[in-house]
Amino acid sequence: MIDFGFTISPSSRINLDCIDRKSFAALAKLEPDVLKCMACGSCTASCTAGTFVPTSLRQAILMLRRGQQAQALRLLEGCMLCGKCTMVCPRGINTRNLILSVQKVYSQDDAQKEGKR
Amino acid sequence: MKFLLATISQTVTPEGIIDRYPNSYNHFVLPFVIGITFILVYLFIGLVRIIYHLPSQDRLQLLKSLFIPKTAWKNLKDIFCDCLLHTKIWKRKPLLGYMHSAIAFGWFMLIVLGHLEVALFAPRHLSGLSEGSLYYPIFYRFFIWMNPEHETLRGSVFLFLMDFFLLYVLSGIALAMFKRVRSIALGMRHTTKPSLADRVALYCLWAIFPLRLLAEGFTADLSGGSFLTKPLNWLFRAFFGNELNFLPTWWAYSICLGLFFLAMPFSRYMHILTEPLLILMRNAGLRVRHPRKGFAEAEIYACSSCGLCLDACPMNAQKKNLRYSSVYFIRFLRRHNTRRVNEIANKCLMCGKCATICPVGVNSHAIRQVQRESLNNKLKFNYSYLSDLNSRKDSAKGKVLYFAGCMSHLTPKIIRSVENMLEASGIQYEMLDREGGICCGRPLMLAGKTGAAKSAVAANKKAIEESGCSILLLSCPICLKIFKEEYGLENIEVLHYTQFAERLVKEGRLKLSETEQSIVYHDPCELGRGCGIYDEPRNVLNGIGRLVKAPKERDESICCGLSLGSLTLDEKDRGKIAESCVGNLMAHNPDSIVTACPMCYKALRSKADVPVKDFAEIIVENIAENNN
Repeated sequence: MIDFGFTISPSSRINLDCIDRKSFAALAKLEPDVLKCMACGSCTASCTAGTFVPTSLRQAILMLRRGQQAQALRLLEGCMLCGKCTMVCPRGINTRNLILSVQKVYSQDDAQKEGKR
Repeated sequence: MKFLLATISQTVTPEGIIDRYPNSYNHFVLPFVIGITFILVYLFIGLVRIIYHLPSQDRLQLLKSLFIPKTAWKNLKDIFCDCLLHTKIWKRKPLLGYMHSAIAFGWFMLIVLGHLEVALFAPRHLSGLSEGSLYYPIFYRFFIWMNPEHETLRGSVFLFLMDFFLLYVLSGIALAMFKRVRSIALGMRHTTKPSLADRVALYCLWAIFPLRLLAEGFTADLSGGSFLTKPLNWLFRAFFGNELNFLPTWWAYSICLGLFFLAMPFSRYMHILTEPLLILMRNAGLRVRHPRKGFAEAEIYACSSCGLCLDACPMNAQKKNLRYSSVYFIRFLRRHNTRRVNEIANKCLMCGKCATICPVGVNSHAIRQVQRESLNNKLKFNYSYLSDLNSRKDSAKGKVLYFAGCMSHLTPKIIRSVENMLEASGIQYEMLDREGGICCGRPLMLAGKTGAAKSAVAANKKAIEESGCSILLLSCPICLKIFKEEYGLENIEVLHYTQFAERLVKEGRLKLSETEQSIVYHDPCELGRGCGIYDEPRNVLNGIGRLVKAPKERDESICCGLSLGSLTLDEKDRGKIAESCVGNLMAHNPDSIVTACPMCYKALRSKADVPVKDFAEIIVENIAENNN
């Protein structure tokens, strides 16, 4: 490819038709609380790990709904499960189990895809 | 006339004990022999299995511990007190303790005395299997004829003791039957649902001793008897006239014993035989390393399924959640029901109350944690950022270092109060995580991510050691537990603020004013059962107001429900637990509730009608005016 000295930023367009919703359904089955999130961001504001690395449960849930698994996982991998987000959540979401469940469902997905390749 | 006196053999001992059967055998012993052989073989295989599954290092440790006099003495004492006398149950529920010790100790004495009797009066029969040493001491009374004219004091004492202990056991059995109908009378609100094997073994156990009484009553005129069996014998003779009816009762007695032993490995009664092994392993200092094998297997089989943990479990606030109690966790582990095991392991609040009150001492929350580890430890997380954090060198040289922890940051009032308390006492201190620090690692540990917890521990340890502090002060019991157990901080004293406050008051650096208010103190799980701190906060609170007792306190205190231990318990159920916790604390209508954990503080505040205060908060409110 010719180097023009600049690049075009990657498209942020998401084709909702191309998303595999099975993983999200599996997640909702493991931890139904994920459906309760109203994206208020209290979890992100109180996050212990968020002081050091970009960590946001609110954003992660949003991305999972959009099918952006890799980004979502990256937003949760620094979580220390301290439980502050559980305490502040106005919807009473069981956030610690939600984060563990995300890892369980989507890391498996990743592993399977890598296996297929 | 086959089994009558006519078959008296020639061996007449000086005491006048005569074998009624030349070869000392009758077909009725067969069920018992089959049962006892089965259980002995099963026991041997089980023992080998458990020892085989232990890591070699643990095996060596266990072997060594048997030869250390101090441990050996403790082993003996524990086996006698826990397996036979059941002192742990006596202490909490005397009637239940009597029931258990009557059956266990009484039965044990019957077996021991029976063997002693044979050893003294017919030693030939203990010499080998061909002489019937397996069954002869059990059915001794059937096989002998005692010449009444040769009755000795020694013989009568034995006869009396045998009857006495039989009566002792029978009283225990009667209580056990009554307990099935009305368990609350013996101090148990909930009892476990018995499985099929449990039922078979249970009914056999109930039948064994009455049948023994009947059988020995029938033979009392031939083999001798005492205050229990002799009168029974007269009664039978008056009713039945013929003393030859006794063989069926001996058959029934033998069948019940045999059936009991056959059902035993599949029932709760396996605890009788496994508990001594568990005591040896525990005293050797072994830990659970696999959720089902080795030490855990010994614990699983040692569980007596008594159901005392049902009453203890904070989840009993709702009847539907009783199924998450330890007794069912152990039962499903035993049956290899992985789905249910995982469900219960993730639901538990890890408050540790069931382990505290367990009469056998099964540490089920340790097994749960290992089970969680097998599920979650492999999950991918990235903690590389923890090792890159900068720490401030020598920032707290020789001073007190205060680590608030994540949860205290959610309740700034606690942090402010602790700081005020330190300032009022003129303590030089530094705060480690004023701008937010790393989590202590305990929540990761509780979630089973031990590997990740280690990186959090290492990062914190580095920061604390580099600060050069002499005392590490904590306001969160969750942090306290892991700082004490896993950090291994050398030359640094780890203190909870309740401990530190008690010290300040004792040294006279902190003077408190006494008021008239009545206070109830809630023991946080991790602080009380976790770290054994019960008296320090109470000593200080006694100087502030009138401390009232809650019906369940200290090591029996009820979890507030907000514990980080549970992974899957939802908000509603947690709320119910908090309500039952508050209900317990409010029993004597105190003016305020005091606790020493940021999470208990949050949980209780949402449910209580009276003010809920943190320990540091109430201290700061009551600092005397003449303080420094």
